[in-house]
Amino acid sequence: MTPFRYSRATDVADAIRQSGDCNTRYLGGGTNLVDLMRETVERPEALVDVSGLSRDIEELPDGGLLIGAGVRNTALAEHRSVRTRYPALSRAILAGASAQIRNMATVGGNLLQRTRCAYFYDDDGSRCNKRLPGQGCDALEGFNRNHAILGASPSCVAVHPSDMAVALAALDGVVHLHGARGERSFPVADLHRLPGDRPDVDTLLEPGELITAIELPPLPFAARSTYRKVRDRSSYAFALVSVAALLDVEDGRIRDVRIALGGVAHKPWRAFKAEEVLRGGPPRAAAFTAAADAELADAKPLAGNGFKIELARRTIAAVLGELAGETA
Amino acid sequence: MSILKDAKDLLQGAVQGAMGKAVAIAPDSWMPGGEPDPLIAMRHGHVGRPHSRIDGPLKVSGSAPFAAEFPMEGMAYASLVFSPIAKGRILEIDTTSAEAAPGVLAVMTYVNAPRISPPPVFLSGAKAAGGDDLPVMQEDVVRWNGEPVAVVLAETQEQADHARSLVHIVYEARRALIDFAEAKAAGSRTAVFMGEPLHLEIGDADKALADAPVRIDSSYSTPRHNHNAIELHAVTAAWEGDTLRIHDASQLVAHTAWSIAQMFGIDEKQVVITSPFVGGGFGGKCLWQHQVLASMAAKLAGRPVRLVLSREGVYRIVGGRSPTEQRVALGADREGRLKALVHSGTTAKTASNMMAEPFIVATKSAYASETFKLDVRAVELDMLANTFMRAPGEAVGTFALESAMDELAEALGIDPIELRMRNEPEKDPTSGLPFSSRNVTEAWRAGAQRFGWDRRDLVPRMVRDGEWLVGMGCATGTYPYYRMPGGAARITITSGGHATVDIAAHEMGMGTATAQTQVAADRLGLAMDEVTFRYGDSTLPGVVLAGGSQQTASIGAAVSAAHGALVKELLKIAGNDSPLAGLKPDEVASRDGGLCKRDEPERHETYVSILGRARQASVSVEAEAPMPLETQHWSMHSHAAMFCEVRVNTVTGEPRVSRFLGSFDCGRILNPKTATSQFRGGIIMGLGLALMEETQFDERKGRVMNPSLSEYHVPVHMDVPEIDVIWTDIPDPHTPMGARGIGEIGITGTAAAVANAIYNATGRRVRDLPITLDKLL
Ligand SMILES: Cc1cc2nc3c(=O)[nH]c(=O)nc-3n(C[C@H](O)[C@H](O)[C@H](O)COP(=O)(O)OP(=O)(O)OC[C@H]3O[C@@H](n4cnc5c(N)ncnc54)[C@H](O)[C@@H]3O)c2cc1C
Repeated sequence: MTPFRYSRATDVADAIRQSGDCNTRYLGGGTNLVDLMRETVERPEALVDVSGLSRDIEELPDGGLLIGAGVRNTALAEHRSVRTRYPALSRAILAGASAQIRNMATVGGNLLQRTRCAYFYDDDGSRCNKRLPGQGCDALEGFNRNHAILGASPSCVAVHPSDMAVALAALDGVVHLHGARGERSFPVADLHRLPGDRPDVDTLLEPGELITAIELPPLPFAARSTYRKVRDRSSYAFALVSVAALLDVEDGRIRDVRIALGGVAHKPWRAFKAEEVLRGGPPRAAAFTAAADAELADAKPLAGNGFKIELARRTIAAVLGELAGETA
Repeated sequence: MSILKDAKDLLQGAVQGAMGKAVAIAPDSWMPGGEPDPLIAMRHGHVGRPHSRIDGPLKVSGSAPFAAEFPMEGMAYASLVFSPIAKGRILEIDTTSAEAAPGVLAVMTYVNAPRISPPPVFLSGAKAAGGDDLPVMQEDVVRWNGEPVAVVLAETQEQADHARSLVHIVYEARRALIDFAEAKAAGSRTAVFMGEPLHLEIGDADKALADAPVRIDSSYSTPRHNHNAIELHAVTAAWEGDTLRIHDASQLVAHTAWSIAQMFGIDEKQVVITSPFVGGGFGGKCLWQHQVLASMAAKLAGRPVRLVLSREGVYRIVGGRSPTEQRVALGADREGRLKALVHSGTTAKTASNMMAEPFIVATKSAYASETFKLDVRAVELDMLANTFMRAPGEAVGTFALESAMDELAEALGIDPIELRMRNEPEKDPTSGLPFSSRNVTEAWRAGAQRFGWDRRDLVPRMVRDGEWLVGMGCATGTYPYYRMPGGAARITITSGGHATVDIAAHEMGMGTATAQTQVAADRLGLAMDEVTFRYGDSTLPGVVLAGGSQQTASIGAAVSAAHGALVKELLKIAGNDSPLAGLKPDEVASRDGGLCKRDEPERHETYVSILGRARQASVSVEAEAPMPLETQHWSMHSHAAMFCEVRVNTVTGEPRVSRFLGSFDCGRILNPKTATSQFRGGIIMGLGLALMEETQFDERKGRVMNPSLSEYHVPVHMDVPEIDVIWTDIPDPHTPMGARGIGEIGITGTAAAVANAIYNATGRRVRDLPITLDKLL
């Protein structure tokens, strides 16, 4: 680890001021950033600790929730409104990492955690375009069982590892940002980029921009949302494929639906195509599979991850089937 | 077995003498011609009781010192730089910025490292401990991806870790042979294990196979595995004058002391290794470069050095289990009696070690086949030397053999347990030796009943529970009884009646200290708290390896021999005024805090009384265990009937084990509590072997890509169902205490039981480990 300065931000403005230097990083729970610093993948000169800012979960007048970026993952998963009104989010968080890590991890940090691609982590011995643009990608022809089937590029096939972000993308979550140029917000589903030829840039965040909160809109049918994570062991493993979904069925028709996939792309993958296919149609198994097929039509397997296409297809259909069964 | 051959080769003519001596001083011998250990008959002693671990309070209170926890004055902390290439040369090393970094004391590379000899590689001599025989930081040559190329020493660990990233090295990479398939194509050789070629033919197995009315012929593969003991490899090393003191995490202190002495060209007594507690060994806590580098660095810096490997460091410099590709072909008559048993294949090793994963060893004694053809071939790769890992050979060999038995049962339409019973041999099928004690049938019967085997459907894919398919499978686990030469122990009894047993053995969390205190207390006729068992120190007697599940027998034999010597000595001291006067050693036994005449227990005198009359503060004797001749006269093996119930998700392919039972025949169980943990731990490791463990070895560069517990999967709690463990508890009359080792058998047979259960659940036969969900979609 390279030596660095540490300071604690007193408020949002203070954080933004302190981050003036572009080799400064915000520190949440540190469960990802500090690991990457130990591996010398990240070498910031200064850390500004923002984990003490915005730790509240606020009920909004319109029925939504405003979740401070410093809220710990455990606190969010356990929150009563989250458990009852947005169960997919609670389940997604609890499906991730371990209890100890969730106790430390913050909402902001979870969203911005970086890929687990082994070649990205291996600063000493492997090539990675995400770590060092232009260096080449050892994952393309290497171990890529965990890698992307959607939206990848020849320069990067890594996936975004967060479970929470997948649920937020499905739940139409909105991320609130503060930067030197003021405030802005956009859908969580748009926060992360596809790799293209700049895999070193994970998100649309500008340098020094701070996540202050996530907003969950009131989505009554989110109370019947769920999250299913498929992985190589029962706990403490990243998703091979995960599905967050909400289904609103009325009079035998799908009135509304949201689906997001994890473990398949460089970002939490909102399955707009599948949603499109389903809206207005019958909540039947055949429709669910057709929707999955529509979403996965563009999927491209690598040597080690071809199984993910079939796995995603089946998991999407099963999750929708489960939700349809519940609402029937 | 071959160990015996080794022992024989080493000691040649001494064998006969040793045997004669053994009978003379140990009339209670389990040795050929002798009587079983009298402790077997003793039914109400400490042995067999579920004593909690005596080191438990120390551990839960954090006061048990591990290797990385010994404080020393002026300690320097080390951090390693590993090579990112598999083969080549170091062209340039620039250490200037590292040396200028805060707190840095020195940067050691091949340029300034003390000159030492290469390690004596394990199995090359009685006390050789090295994982390989490569020079340690002596040259500009790189031999594997991950080899240490620099050691940074600093005032704190953080400073060392930082400066490590400032060492700049330019390499010239050469073409390395790291691709298994490529190496196989270039040619393999018959592998050798413990001095014996891994090749055996009895009859014409190919012909018998071709002629057999029923046969199966399948290929199996198992991947590389890495050691993942919870305690990281750690060492604290200091030179005190010409003496090197090392606090190590070790399963072979005496071997390590001797081997390091050879490397530094000093006397064995000038290296003192202590290792009072070890946080898991499994074959991985032997001599690798870290102990040597720390000792060299301590010499260079003139300060004590602590070196704790990072988890990545363990993957880079501590060997693991090699990959195997195996073929098992079985030919049987229509009743299922084996006519041919072919088990062959290839594994990988290096040119610098003597360890080829011996996956056929369990097959040698398993079934009564008419013909055999067993063969292990090895290729040599440019990689970190592979090594022993819990049940080397048996763990992966039984996966193939016992999967194949299940396939044969299926082909025959016979229950797989019944098939095994029909092939139960009367004597060892390949050596012809009688079995010392083999009760695998009892283990099967008891296990089947308790598990509810009769509820299993013979036809796969019959049981469904929602999204899940449910199935049951079974397999035989087996591990040999070993006892290596070199065991010796000292017993000291004070005039206060307290006994201390000294032996350079190891406690790696298995419960050795507890079980051996029980044994010693019974042998000496004392209470548990009247016995202190001291171990984990190379200055104590004995060359004892905590490996091969042989430590219990090895200690048992040594302590028994020392007990014989103690009786002699005490009788001498007791003199003519003792009630024991006139008795010969073999007429005397220990009992109730003293000695008595065997068949006349009232003729008794306490140790306190004997020493008091002689005005002696203590009596101390040391003796060597007799040569392990028992294994030359009997085929000695433990067995387990393993039962697994598995659930496989029809949507996702996820396999999850829902029930497991191990029914063991391991001789007498000395401590049911610690034994249960050993069995369970082995089975859990077997579940990992079956379902998830795999080192991702990038064959383009020879680099391990998942060197962390986050990416290298071992089972988590939720992967482990309740594991039921039962045993026959039938003493083996030909072993010390009637016990055979229990440390490794749990991992054997387990993977096949899981694979066979998965077949029963799904109708899918997965022959390549680990059985991940993509193989079941
Ligand atoms: C062994 C292991 C297993 C794991 N398994 C899973 C899993 O199964 N599923 C899963 O989803 N996750 C998993 N994780 C990842 C874990 O969820 C993340 O490490 C955690 O959520 C990160 O949160 P943090 O607060 O600790 O982030 P930090 O490490 O503090 O920060 C991460 C990044 O976010 C930035 N950042 C933090 N807060 C802000 C902010 N307010 N504004 C702008 N930038 C900010 C930091 O600068 C940094 O770049 C695992 C982690 C480990 C170590």
